[in-house]
Amino acid sequence: MALRSLITTRTLTRGAKSVGFGLRGLQTFTLPDLEYDYGALEPAISGEIMQLHHQKHHQTYITNYNKALEQLDQAITKGDASTTVKLQGAIKFNGGGHVNHSIFWKNLTPANEGGGDPPHGSLGWAIDTHFGSFEALIQKMNAEGAAVQGSGWVWLGLEKEFKKLVVETTANQDPLVTKGASLVPLLGIDVWEHAYYLQYKNVRPDYLKNIWKVVNWKYAGEVYAKECP
Amino acid sequence: MVAAAANPVWLTFPCQGLGGRTPGLQFHRGNKQMVQTRCTRKARPATISAKFELKPPPYPLNALEPHMSRDTLEYHWGKHHRTYVENLNNQIAGTELDGMSLEDVILVSYNRGDILPPFNNAAQAWNHGFFWESMKPGGGGKPSGDLLELIERDFGSFEIFLSEFKSAASTQFGSGWAWLCYKANRLDVENAVNPLPSDDDKKLVVVKSPNAVNPLVWDYSPLLTIDVWEHAYYLDFQNRRPDYISVFMDKLVSWEAVSYRLEIAKARATEREVEEERRKREEEEEQESDGEGVQMYLDSDADESETE
Repeated sequence: MALRSLITTRTLTRGAKSVGFGLRGLQTFTLPDLEYDYGALEPAISGEIMQLHHQKHHQTYITNYNKALEQLDQAITKGDASTTVKLQGAIKFNGGGHVNHSIFWKNLTPANEGGGDPPHGSLGWAIDTHFGSFEALIQKMNAEGAAVQGSGWVWLGLEKEFKKLVVETTANQDPLVTKGASLVPLLGIDVWEHAYYLQYKNVRPDYLKNIWKVVNWKYAGEVYAKECP
Repeated sequence: MVAAAANPVWLTFPCQGLGGRTPGLQFHRGNKQMVQTRCTRKARPATISAKFELKPPPYPLNALEPHMSRDTLEYHWGKHHRTYVENLNNQIAGTELDGMSLEDVILVSYNRGDILPPFNNAAQAWNHGFFWESMKPGGGGKPSGDLLELIERDFGSFEIFLSEFKSAASTQFGSGWAWLCYKANRLDVENAVNPLPSDDDKKLVVVKSPNAVNPLVWDYSPLLTIDVWEHAYYLDFQNRRPDYISVFMDKLVSWEAVSYRLEIAKARATEREVEEERRKREEEEEQESDGEGVQMYLDSDADESETE
């Protein structure tokens, strides 16, 4: 893996140089560490799920994202428009997978470290204003998350321009920003089957019901406070 | 259940209930006369009310072990497939879709891509039934006969087909299906007709589809499918979708089922050609007899009012 990224970086740097884009090499991505143990979210999410989700699924998105970026760089260097365009699907999917999962890990925290504690401060007020109550927001996200057809995500987002909170869903690995350029993700819940199947099987609503016990509202509140000082 | 080839909706759609009660269901846009001709040909009562049944796989739930576990089938068939069928029945009870064949519910609710709520359940109910029957205990290996000949003709070799099919299944982003289909159709662009129909139009193709979508909606005849929703393989293979796909092709595919479906698809294609020919002849005859009438009216409005 390490060797692979090394080679990748070198190739990309050389490629960029050869058409005179300067010394800038393409950055490759690596799997971010979790701030808690795989088993620390139990019983809401099993350690087995967390480990596969992080080490296998997230890693695969990163590997394929790096691969696609490398191919993209080569295509751009060669002026190969058709390959450049063809790669967009893989970039959106794998890059989106990386972006989304990176947020998701931060959105979770063990129950004994504040997981599930309702949001306080300005985000708490904003939730009451926009959705009526914290419970109403949870209900809305559960309903929309359960209704996602196939694989996808349900989000609590901030519409930056109008300082408005929104609940959105995205398909597959589309990041929230695909639903609006000024949307900032505060909380994303993965409703792909790989996020819950080993534990909850076909009953996605039970997974959605339980995940709130390990949601890190402190993180969401910080993002919100930064965007809406 | 295995009625693989897509009937265009208008061949079997009952005339009753089409009068624009549900705007979302209006899919006819040809001239009115044609619609009437089509409807009267195969009209049937619209009052049948029947529930779709959850048909079990044609083998015991543990019969595909160790390649596909009993556990997987108990959830996949016993929970997922069952839920699609039950939700569909609840969704369409008492609506215009009630009493139609499952294939027709799929085509009507697909609504040319602007899908109506029952589509996902209807298509998933159909897809899963088709998937169970695409497998058998002791399956896999290589097809033979006509099927193998067509595969070799259209893909170059069985090995190339295998790699194309596996690649389609493993690169379907997110949930979905990969298919081997018989593409019998000529051009399907609005009311355009292929000016030079030939046997080259009929060939095997590998396609993939997201979520519930299946090739019936493109008027292809599905011959083989693999479910690449994570629930299809997660208990047995976790994240290793490529392994699941390989095991499916090596150990589970029922090439007998695929061959049988190919025969049906070819027969259906021939039948449709004959039907098409007949329709064209009829239209020409009608036009000829209309032609005399048109000469009598100089005002084109008069023509229209006559056909109302």
